[in-house]
Amino acid sequence: MQVTVNGDAAELADGATVADLVADLLAERASGHDRVAVARNGDVVPRSSWAQTPLAPGDAVEVLAPTAGG
Amino acid sequence: MTTEDLTGRLAPALAAEEAGDPFVLGGQTLTSRLLLGTGGVPSLEALEAAVRASGTQLVTVALRRVEASAAGSMMQVLDRAGVRLLPNTAGCRTAREAVRTARLAREAFGTDWVKLEVIGDDVTLLPDAVELLDAAEQLVAEGFTVLAYTTDDPVLGRRLADAGCAAVMPLGSPIGSGLGIRNPHSIALLRDAVDVPVVLDAGIGTASDAALAMELGCDAVLLASAVTRARDPERMALAMRQAVEGGRLARLAGRIPRRWHAEASTSFEGLPAL
Repeated sequence: MQVTVNGDAAELADGATVADLVADLLAERASGHDRVAVARNGDVVPRSSWAQTPLAPGDAVEVLAPTAGG
Repeated sequence: MTTEDLTGRLAPALAAEEAGDPFVLGGQTLTSRLLLGTGGVPSLEALEAAVRASGTQLVTVALRRVEASAAGSMMQVLDRAGVRLLPNTAGCRTAREAVRTARLAREAFGTDWVKLEVIGDDVTLLPDAVELLDAAEQLVAEGFTVLAYTTDDPVLGRRLADAGCAAVMPLGSPIGSGLGIRNPHSIALLRDAVDVPVVLDAGIGTASDAALAMELGCDAVLLASAVTRARDPERMALAMRQAVEGGRLARLAGRIPRRWHAEASTSFEGLPAL
């Protein structure tokens, strides 16, 4: 299925969950972040719900991590 | 000069001063009145040294799309320093964006504290008063401890305090400009207008600006660029720490009134005829 991840089109397996997406993304970016927050279509998906939250075609997902800021 | 050299010899006297003058923010008692931003930091080593030298207990961070970066290590540095994190909503332009960002920050950082920033102009990065107040009301209702980055308008400051913000944080001048406090009178009026802590946030260029903020009655100072973009961030962090402490002491001590003409400090009585 086609979704949007951090502004880019992405192809995910049907039935993929938020947890699957986050694991793939962090592995791909070789990122050691442990404080990650996810928004699906603008709404926060709590970490405790990632594994139980399947994505749907057309979903827009933002996966965010800490960075420096004033 | 190591961090220990810079800070160690000052620590006992400063701690004693601080003990009698606690700073309560959002129900938490802090001994440091200097809040440090991480934006613009040149390296993790510089960040660690600056955090330590500043004595800060509250450090701002931001959220952005996951990239392969050293940000994971930045969090390790901050965890190691034992500082409390203050997520910001930098880059948000509407109340809706800011509220959503604050919710995500609460999830990522496990804190309901937020530096609420809603920007209304690309060139000056000045706050959008209308969106800011709207976002503040929503976030307070959701249980956030809201520290609102705002203009130096005392009326808006009062509206934010009335909305339940834990602190009002007026700018001295535009973010990153280093222009200091352009309207000290307005900052002093704002200080008198609200019962919550006032934190001078944005515009600080050098130590005297931070001292002035405290002399005007601000409860604390938040700065980032002035330290992170200084030639020697660690040394500037210590300078800011001392300036904030000096300014606070001067405020508590009560400055003398300004006079148009001189008032001799040495008596004219008993002046010999020579």
